[in-house]
Amino acid sequence: MTTHFVVHEPGDSVGVVVVEGVKKGDVLTGWVMDGDTTMECKTLDDIPIGHKIALKDLAVGDTVIKYATDIGKVVKPIKRGEHVHVHNIKTKRW
Amino acid sequence: MNNTFMGYRRDNGRVGIRNHVIILPLDDLSNAACEAVANNIKGTLALPHAYGRLQFGEDLELHFRTLIGTGCNPNVAAVVVIGIEPEWTKRIVDGIAKTGKPVAGFAIEKNGDLATICAASRKAKEFVQYATELQRTECHVNELWVSTKCGESDTTSGIAANPTVGNAFDKLWKAGATTLFGETTEITGGEHLVMARCATPEVRDKFKGFFDRYAKVVEDHKTNDLCDSQPTKGNIEGGLSTIEEKALGNIQKIGREAPVIGCLDKAESPTGPGLWFMDSSSAAAEMVTLAAAAGFVVHFFPTGQGNIIGNPILPVIKLSANPRTLRTMSEHIDVDVSGILRREMNLDQAGDLLLDTMFHTCQGRYTAAEALGHREFVMTRLYESA
Repeated sequence: MTTHFVVHEPGDSVGVVVVEGVKKGDVLTGWVMDGDTTMECKTLDDIPIGHKIALKDLAVGDTVIKYATDIGKVVKPIKRGEHVHVHNIKTKRW
Repeated sequence: MNNTFMGYRRDNGRVGIRNHVIILPLDDLSNAACEAVANNIKGTLALPHAYGRLQFGEDLELHFRTLIGTGCNPNVAAVVVIGIEPEWTKRIVDGIAKTGKPVAGFAIEKNGDLATICAASRKAKEFVQYATELQRTECHVNELWVSTKCGESDTTSGIAANPTVGNAFDKLWKAGATTLFGETTEITGGEHLVMARCATPEVRDKFKGFFDRYAKVVEDHKTNDLCDSQPTKGNIEGGLSTIEEKALGNIQKIGREAPVIGCLDKAESPTGPGLWFMDSSSAAAEMVTLAAAAGFVVHFFPTGQGNIIGNPILPVIKLSANPRTLRTMSEHIDVDVSGILRREMNLDQAGDLLLDTMFHTCQGRYTAAEALGHREFVMTRLYESA
């Protein structure tokens, strides 16, 4: 079975798309590396390879978790399945 | 893991995997003469650079440390140094001579380029004939110094290519090798994780000192949130959104087992085996040049979007997991670990594949960057010249 996205740790707010050509509306299979489990998520956007997909709804000001660690804050509301990138999250540093 | 390889054992006991005769300019003015010598004498390599005039203080010390360290690197068999004047030229020569390898200096003032090129070419010919007679001998993996730095990273770097380096670093650490990581600003967001890995409170304090100093440089000079520089445009194209996300991927390279045994200033050499941190720029060519000047002889360079860097004396082994990069830029990549993303390969297998390529490289096989002629030699500057 094709792995479309990878999640580092259970509980991470985002996964990483690892195949090319993911389109809005696709139902993707994800692999959670730590624990070796799988999950599904339906996309709400086209998502390029290497880019992140939201695995839960996130509100402005929420902390984004990847590697079970803080990677920044939400600056625009995000729905599960949406593309997560510089348009809706920002660093908390600098 | 293979434990031995055929390398060049130098007079000072260090082991190299290449046998370069380099023509090293003291300063920017001497590049032309160095390039002329390298053109005259086949098998030599000029290392032109942009600096060496009116530097002072710590910045000047780093200049000398970088050039002397480059000459001392065990991948170098012999060195011709050319400078505009004799005194600083001699300082470089004397620094390199401590290794016991052949080194000679030439100054341009009172001679001109042409007489200098003639005299230096005669010496370079002698050095090449000396170097080409040297034989490889059996060396142990615990004599290897292996550095790492990633570039044009993307999210696949954090998932696969960087943890592959981490897996190989853990295995090298167990085998008694000396390993190095750096990229001070690219630890921002994961500094607590590196601090937790430091072997002693003294090492932790030194790391924090380096980290805080570099963070202050960014704070003092920034005009925005570094959204165009850190992450880079390439990182963002590859899906990395914040420095924290980039850093957490970056530090996968140090593996899971080895403690950080010590922290080094730029171009400073480690004093024993184990995993070392070096305060350094995150710009690829600068960091790899500093690692070469510190004495490292082989380098692991994971990339996502496809950084193409090499170094004149330090072979750079590239690995990538990004299937698009592997398809569009295959000539630059030595090790394909994209199988991790497809769950066809686990990290242990990927680490072994990287180490296998490392041993082939140590035995003499050219890396992609060497075959393509990538020789980026970029010296780090600390501040303006006087």
